[in-house]
Amino acid sequence: MPHIIALDARVTGLAKPDYWRDVFERYGRRRLDERMFLVAEPVDARERMPLLGFVVGEVRAWEFGSAPCGWVFALSVEPRVRLRGTGRALLEALSSEFSKAGVTKMRTMVARDNHLHHLFFRSEGMMAGPYIQLEKDLD
Amino acid sequence: MRLQVSSRLAVFALLDLAANPDRQLSVAQIGDKYGVSSHHLAKVMHILNRAGLVRSVRGTGGGYQFSGNARRTTLLEVIALFEKLGSDGAHAAAPDPTAEGRALAEVLNEIDDIVRTTLGSITIATMLKAADRMRTQE
Repeated sequence: MPHIIALDARVTGLAKPDYWRDVFERYGRRRLDERMFLVAEPVDARERMPLLGFVVGEVRAWEFGSAPCGWVFALSVEPRVRLRGTGRALLEALSSEFSKAGVTKMRTMVARDNHLHHLFFRSEGMMAGPYIQLEKDLD
Repeated sequence: MRLQVSSRLAVFALLDLAANPDRQLSVAQIGDKYGVSSHHLAKVMHILNRAGLVRSVRGTGGGYQFSGNARRTTLLEVIALFEKLGSDGAHAAAPDPTAEGRALAEVLNEIDDIVRTTLGSITIATMLKAADRMRTQE
């Protein structure tokens, strides 16, 4: 868990230790058939990196009227090992878990200005879905 | 959304060339495939050449080769060479004095933003994969 917290802090510029401990408790330990917390570790010990990346997902059903589908809600890859297929391997592993859980669709949400994630998910064949996210400032 | 003919030709030509970066294609070969005149396509290829996305190869069998980075070049970059796409805040840049006008500008800016984000997130490499998917569905 310290490596997950450190990688996320390096990539996003914001440390969120309590959030990641909570996510790991909920996604890494409970309801294992519907929630997935997968990590990529180096095969070669000479990499001297404990963690290459991680992905977190969950099968959700009937929120916003949506039939059950797999949500990818966090994916991060160590910047030093990008463009080596780690992100793709993580997403493929998560897809496989979603399929085992019985869903046929995967969904995620990407900030408009997160160019890197847009390029990645598009390159993996993901397209705009049937929902549009709406929001407003609270008075 | 509709693209101008030049933008469409540029995307098609880049996809043809990037699918096999070692291959050279002449303007006539690309033009025949998409049913357009060599004259029109030559202007498009000249602009792509100037942008560094293709290189011209002289001599017998000469033509064009892809010289860009398929995993980095986005549709937005290609299309922006040929037409002006609504940019962030473009409608607000010419402020309408009425509240109705400003409300409409807000909606139009939202649409422009989505268009730019979408085109900016799809690379030539992603388009090649999508075209392959389409072929397998035929």
